[in-house]
Amino acid sequence: MRNAEHRISAMTTFSAILPTLPLERWIERSRTAREDEAVAVLKNGRARTMEDFCALLSPAAAPHLEELAAQSQKLTRHFFGNTIRLFAPLYLSNECVNVCKYCGFSRHNAIPRITLPAAKVEDETRLLAGRGFRSLLIVAGEHPKYVANGYVAECIRRCLPLTPQIALELGPLETAEYAPLVAAGAEGLVVYQETYHEPTYREMHTAGPKKHYAWRLDTPERGHAAGFRRLGIGALFGLHDWRFEAVALAAHGRHLLKHCWNSYLTLALPRLRPAAGGFNVAPENVLADRELVQIMCALRLLLPTAGLVLSTREPANLRDGLCTLGVTHMSAGSSTEPGGYSHFDESQWTPTRVQPGEQFHIADERPPQVVAAMLKRRGLDPVWKDHDLALTRPPQDWPAGTVTATSLEDVTSQTAPLQFGLPRAKH
Amino acid sequence: MPTLSTQPLVLGGRTFASRLFVGTGKFSSPQLMKETLAACRPALATVALKRADLSGKHDPFADILDYLEPDKYLVLPNTAGAMNADEAVRLARLGAAAGLPKWVKLEIHPDPNYLLPDPIETLRAAEILAREGFVVLPYINADPVLALRLQDVGCAAVMPLGAPIGSNRGLETRAQIAIIIEQARVPVVVDAGIGRPSHAAEAMEMGADAVLVNTAIAVSPDPVRAALAFALAVEAGRAAYETGLPAAGHRAEATSPLTAFLG
Repeated sequence: MRNAEHRISAMTTFSAILPTLPLERWIERSRTAREDEAVAVLKNGRARTMEDFCALLSPAAAPHLEELAAQSQKLTRHFFGNTIRLFAPLYLSNECVNVCKYCGFSRHNAIPRITLPAAKVEDETRLLAGRGFRSLLIVAGEHPKYVANGYVAECIRRCLPLTPQIALELGPLETAEYAPLVAAGAEGLVVYQETYHEPTYREMHTAGPKKHYAWRLDTPERGHAAGFRRLGIGALFGLHDWRFEAVALAAHGRHLLKHCWNSYLTLALPRLRPAAGGFNVAPENVLADRELVQIMCALRLLLPTAGLVLSTREPANLRDGLCTLGVTHMSAGSSTEPGGYSHFDESQWTPTRVQPGEQFHIADERPPQVVAAMLKRRGLDPVWKDHDLALTRPPQDWPAGTVTATSLEDVTSQTAPLQFGLPRAKH
Repeated sequence: MPTLSTQPLVLGGRTFASRLFVGTGKFSSPQLMKETLAACRPALATVALKRADLSGKHDPFADILDYLEPDKYLVLPNTAGAMNADEAVRLARLGAAAGLPKWVKLEIHPDPNYLLPDPIETLRAAEILAREGFVVLPYINADPVLALRLQDVGCAAVMPLGAPIGSNRGLETRAQIAIIIEQARVPVVVDAGIGRPSHAAEAMEMGADAVLVNTAIAVSPDPVRAALAFALAVEAGRAAYETGLPAAGHRAEATSPLTAFLG
């Protein structure tokens, strides 16, 4: 729980601020900045303003990608050290009431639908914990009946003893609806705007609660008010012009850093993957590999302390290259299908059945340990655990099996076992 | 490692041979961290409780404690990740219950971007933990009055920052640190912002009792040698403080008196 009660003013939510920003001017600059302007920002090593950031996105900056990557790498190592945090997505349900043209879970897609029973969710988490994960991203389609709040809270409670860090990626909720999920132990909230371009947003999301652009846009702020410590935002590249999305995403990130100053911000740049429904990316909206690197590194120069998340949507060779440039968080060995982790032959690392009902098909299919070994070869320490239950839960709520020490409220009278053989301090 | 200092550091009832504290984050591997600590022999090494497995099961995916050598230096648990006093207190108690030393480096930084410490929550947590018998070392902004308030509630040291964590900018808060040192009844450890051995030496020359370095060592291309450079600088700076520094002048002064012929 936070130190003080946070209130959101309707005047300062991002949906109110966005129309007042000079978005058109920024986007124009991201297309037409001169080479000397881009080079000047690179020489500085930081993008101090949105104008600087836009210059780094420009075609004139593209020939300087190597230098941009070097600056991004330097800043990332400086702020995050030689480490990468690992996490796994865990899909609870592919039930969804929304109609989204590009998504495999879209309501009218003829895929087998399931919502995992909470016990099954726990089984999947046990499998993931066995593979090393101590950080989960719980994902579900938006369905008020199947993916109800009580069910999600129950899943969180069951998973916490196995993985102390849990973030949620669900359909947007009210602050009051988020609060019980924070109380259950969830620590992060992820919601991607998909496209920041409102006309495109309306065209892509034709039915269901997701069609409300501003409601989705203000979700991170509602989550922050409910007490989430980590906020994840992102744009889904492939729906609209990539420079527009990158500029709006950066502006959103800067807004959240100011208004939700005591939460940790992560940004993601997912590109559309093939999925049920057969949505095709228009040629003018394709984000090429080089451009993805350009956005990621430019974001690092603008927001040096923000987390940058890279999922298994991207192929192995690209992930191997990107992990040293600016990325801070990676998933590995992911399944995007509810129950998908139980249907793998771990010795082969291949599905033991045809996968029905996945949200999209991943591109990097390597098991987590192979990804971890790759990171080590590149001089990066894979960090599996970076959060402790003690941060988010009072001891009486710690599940059995963790160090509960009923007398934790006062350890002065306690003679604890020396589990690590470390000498106790002398006084 | 030459020992020039004649006055060992006494903190929390313990005597330390070194005046260098080292943080354990940001290293490219736990092996390299272990090697670095073994080489520079710090007084203590701080470790983030949130990264450790405290169940005693030696979780291979959270095994940072297995790479620390408590016979060579004190292992100082820290509360990194805590955003308020309650969280920090819980973490500290958990570390002690798990068998770690009942010492804590109190760090409470709700702003994850500059990691600047929250003075109000820090004072609150320090009061609770000191009362419970913890040796409390609070990480604070270089605020002399806060430093005094923390000493009043029983902290064993104060750890003012030179500049934001990881910034390598040196003693930007120099004037405030000087006041804290002048007024201190407990050891003053300059923590954060120390990017170069010369920064460490400067803090020691000013009379700081110890310095804590992490980023500049862990992110160095050669952490072992970087750590040794800091250890030497700390030793040199301390010896200079103990022997007394000459006043700086604007003009040359002859080394032989000009009036020696007068007898």
